[in-house]
Amino acid sequence: MKKETAHVAAQERIAADIMSLVLRVSFAEEVRPGQFLSVYSADGSRLLPRPISVCDADPEEGTIRLVYRIAGKGTAEFAKLTPGCVVEVLGPLGNGFPVEEFKDKRVLLVGGGIGIPPLYYTAKSLRDPVFAVGYRSETYLLPEISGRFETHIATEDGSLGTKGNVLDAIREDRIVCDVIFACGPKPMLRALKEYAGENNIRCFVSMEERMACGIGACLGCVARTTKPDAHSHVKNTRICKDGPVFDAEEVDLT
Amino acid sequence: MIRTSVNIAGVSLKNPVMTASGTFGSGMEYGEFFDLSKLGAVVTKGVASVPWEGNPTPRICETPSGMLNAIGLQNPGIDVFVKRDLPFLQKYDTRIIVNVCGHSVEEYLAVVERLSDCAVDMLEINISCPNVKEGGIAFGTDPKAIESITKAVKAKAKQPVIMKLSPNVTDIREAARAAESGGADALSLINTLTGMKIDIERGTFAIANRTGGLSGPAIRPVAVRMVYEASHAVKIPVIGMGGIASAEDAIEFLMAGARAVSVGTANFHDPCISVKIADGIEKFLERKGIGDVNEIVGCAGNGGIYGTV
Repeated sequence: MKKETAHVAAQERIAADIMSLVLRVSFAEEVRPGQFLSVYSADGSRLLPRPISVCDADPEEGTIRLVYRIAGKGTAEFAKLTPGCVVEVLGPLGNGFPVEEFKDKRVLLVGGGIGIPPLYYTAKSLRDPVFAVGYRSETYLLPEISGRFETHIATEDGSLGTKGNVLDAIREDRIVCDVIFACGPKPMLRALKEYAGENNIRCFVSMEERMACGIGACLGCVARTTKPDAHSHVKNTRICKDGPVFDAEEVDLT
Repeated sequence: MIRTSVNIAGVSLKNPVMTASGTFGSGMEYGEFFDLSKLGAVVTKGVASVPWEGNPTPRICETPSGMLNAIGLQNPGIDVFVKRDLPFLQKYDTRIIVNVCGHSVEEYLAVVERLSDCAVDMLEINISCPNVKEGGIAFGTDPKAIESITKAVKAKAKQPVIMKLSPNVTDIREAARAAESGGADALSLINTLTGMKIDIERGTFAIANRTGGLSGPAIRPVAVRMVYEASHAVKIPVIGMGGIASAEDAIEFLMAGARAVSVGTANFHDPCISVKIADGIEKFLERKGIGDVNEIVGCAGNGGIYGTV
C-alpha cells in the first residue's frame, strides 16, 4: 500500500458514461480481487481521492484496469486521461473477496451496474464461477464476462436477458450455487442477503460509501454492523479498511 | 543547524508540526506510511468516557477546496484507547496529545482523570465539535461556559491543557480570553466552520447530519485571521490550524502568531504531508537565513521577518 504516480497505458469509453482505464503501477501483483484504489484529482480544489475498484490486474505487465462511471467532476477529469498522462493513486486498499476460501466452490458473482467490474478479476481467481449481471439498459464488460464464464443477464428495460433486476434473473434461471459474492447498489445487496438467508447460502457483499482518507483513519465511510466490530467497538465498521467486502450476516443493510 | 523545536506549556516539541484531531485516528494507519517520530506531536481523534457510535452516513462530502464532515466523534472509548492506542503511540519518539470529548462536564472529567496516570504529554479539550448535539460546541460558543469547563478540567488534569476553540463565534478573542481566564495552558484553533451542502440530484442534504464542519484550504484565510486575533489577545501559546496543506501555509500561521501548527484535511490528500510540511518549514528557515523557528512566530504583526515593515 503506497501513494504513487501511475502512468496511463490506455483508456477507452466502453459505454455512454463508463470508462476503462489501464494504469501501470508498482503494485499490480499485490492486488487481490475486490480491492480498490484511491485515485487523486490533479485539480487542487478537489482534495478527496475517488475510491475505484480494480476490474482486472496483470502482474506480468505491471498493469491494473479500472472500470468506472463518470459520476461527477473528479471522474470526468479522469476520463480525459490519455496514454502518457500520469495520475496519483494509493493502493491496493481494502480486504477483497474471500477467493481462497471458496476457490473450489460454485460461486455466484452478482453484479449490479458499476458493481460489476470488481467481480471480473474475482472470477478469474475462482475455478468455476457463474455470473448474474444486471444493467439498466446499456451493457458493458459483457463480451469479456460471457465469453469466459457462464453468465445470466437482467436489464431493467428488458432489452437483453430477463426483464427486471438481477434477482429476477437468478430466480428465473434457477441458478444453483454454494456462495454469493455481490457488488452493486444497496437495495440489490439487501435483496440478495434475504435471498441467501432463505436458501441457506453464504453471501459476501462489497459495500460503497463516500470516503475521505481511504485508509481507515477518518471514520468517514462506515457500515452499520449487527455486532460491535473489533476495531471500532461500536456497530460502525470501516468500509475502506475492514471492508469493502463483508459477510452479509455481519452488516445491517436496512 | 536550524532550531525547529518549540515549547508549548513546558512541553518541548522537536518541530512545530502536529496532526489535527479527527483526521489521524491514533496514528496507526499513517504509521504505515511514515515514521511518526518525525512529527512534533500526534493529536489523537477525540476520546470519550464510553464508546460513541457517531452519526449516520453519508458523513462526508467534498466541497470546493475543502470538505464537510459530520462523523459525530465516533470513538471506541477511553478503555480501548488506553489499552490499545496509547501503547502504540508510546513506541514513537513524538509527543502524545489526547483530544478529549464529552456530552457533559462529568464525561470530560472522567476521561481527564483516567488519563492522569498515563504517559500522555498534553490534553486537548474539544469544546468545538459542531456535529454532536450535546457537549462539543455547546461549551465552545459561550465565554462563561468556556471559562467554567476550563477551570473544571484544570482542577483535575495532571497534564497541560489545550482548549480547542470554535470559529463559530462572533469574536474569537473573547473565547480565547475566557479559556485563558479558566487557566488553560494553551489554545488550539480553529475547529471546523459549520456548513451545509445540498445534493441537488437527490434534492436533499449531502450529509445525513444536514450540517457538517467545513475544513480544508477553503477556510484557511479565516483561520489565519482568527489565529492572529487570538494569539494577540492572550499570553498563552496558540496552536494554529485550518486548511494547512503545505509548508508555506504552515508558515503563514506561525507568522500570524501560532507557536505550532496542526495538519488535518490535507492528510486525506497525501498521507505523508505532515512530514513534508515539517521538512519544508526547515528549508524555508534555511533559505531565509533564520536560525530558530521561534523567531518567525508572530512576526507578521511585529514588523515582519527583518523587523522592517
